[in-house]
Amino acid sequence: MNLTLRIWRQKGPEDKGRMVTYQVEDVSPDMSFLEMLDVLNERLILSGEEPVAFDHDCREGICGMCGLMINGDAHGPQRGTTACQLHMRQFSDGETIDIEPWRARAFPVVKDLVVNRNAFDKIIAAGGYITAPTGSAPEAHSTPVPKADADAAFESAACIGCGACVAACPNGSGMLFTAAKITQLSLLPQGQPERYTRVIGMVDAHDEAGFGGCTNAGECTVVCPKGIPLNTIGRLNRDYLAATAKNGGKPGS
Amino acid sequence: MAVTGLLLVLFLIAHMLGNLKIFAGAGSFNHYAHWLRELGTPLLPAGWYLWLQRGVLLAALVAHIWAATVLAVRARAARPVKYAHRKKVRGSYAARTMRWGGVIIGLFVIYHILDLTTGHLNPVGDPTRPQANVVADFAPDRWYVTLFYTLAVVALGFHLRHGAFSAFRSLGQQTPKGERRARNIALVFAVALTAGYLVVPFAVLIGLVR
Repeated sequence: MNLTLRIWRQKGPEDKGRMVTYQVEDVSPDMSFLEMLDVLNERLILSGEEPVAFDHDCREGICGMCGLMINGDAHGPQRGTTACQLHMRQFSDGETIDIEPWRARAFPVVKDLVVNRNAFDKIIAAGGYITAPTGSAPEAHSTPVPKADADAAFESAACIGCGACVAACPNGSGMLFTAAKITQLSLLPQGQPERYTRVIGMVDAHDEAGFGGCTNAGECTVVCPKGIPLNTIGRLNRDYLAATAKNGGKPGS
Repeated sequence: MAVTGLLLVLFLIAHMLGNLKIFAGAGSFNHYAHWLRELGTPLLPAGWYLWLQRGVLLAALVAHIWAATVLAVRARAARPVKYAHRKKVRGSYAARTMRWGGVIIGLFVIYHILDLTTGHLNPVGDPTRPQANVVADFAPDRWYVTLFYTLAVVALGFHLRHGAFSAFRSLGQQTPKGERRARNIALVFAVALTAGYLVVPFAVLIGLVR
């Protein structure tokens, strides 16, 4: 396959940045999208040019590091797939592919296609944890969990924090991520003690980080590589309403 | 957005049901319009209830627009650099047209009040004969009025389609099964309201109501 790539190049956070066109020849349809970028980078290095910076780590769709806006789609055209697990057979020979970083005020570009997703860490630090004694893992049966709750919690826990939801959101909102992280804890008995302080803290941290507000547009769940459902945001809303209505005066809320 | 929207929706339902009175004849429709002005008497002086309702609706509308503006400003600030290549809609078309749809509806409401409440833009404009005002408004040679009315009501339908679902979600709808139910309710409600509002001008247009 021969492809034309238009890639966002930005030297650093202060650089203005622009789209640069590259030709890549002889791409195998069995390559992953990132391997195709590796091929491009090797050629750029050989010709003495600066390679394209992009985030990646596990390359098996579970770490959440990779994240590219490919032809206007977060993680590319295939649903439920991270950019690293996307194969070039999804594209056709001679195609022009636009590759951009996630665009959000809360995700400033570090270089080229690499963005700083520290804002997600700040949301987690504001409540995405439970208070539990550390030590060896407790016996799994010591705290019974209904199967339906365990399944729904696990569905949310599949979130890898890649940021595709923010990238796709017309409002630049990180509510699907925040909701997934809140839901996975609020559905389980271990998450109950901090349930209502967590939701206030995490939503406040989300807003302070400069993300937009959720309007239930539903673009996020379409691009989510882990298929986090939109109704997790409803669970967040329910907890938030309960937290502000019932628990407003409690310490820590 | 959800609470103020629901208040406005209650008004929309009542307003649509009132409109349909036109099919019961000119006398019935005019009587209904006069009854609105006397609603609440003798507890309240004549006309007071109407002004109370107008006050509540205006407050809800202002709060609705204020909340929407806050969201729009935040959304703009949240993405300072735009995408060079952007897929327009992956989720719901209705959700992506909320803001412009809202502006269209807002402009229409201003026109609609000047037309059929105050009568300034109406060819008859007689407050004592509301049925005649409506019939004159949607006469075939004033097709552009009917067209604008239709566009605004369709925009309202889209607005309600996403707005009703979104209101359920904001007020805590949280299960996948409930989401399907909420989406279906929103769709049926939006279609029913759109049809209920459009049937009046088209009945005038084809001469069913005269």
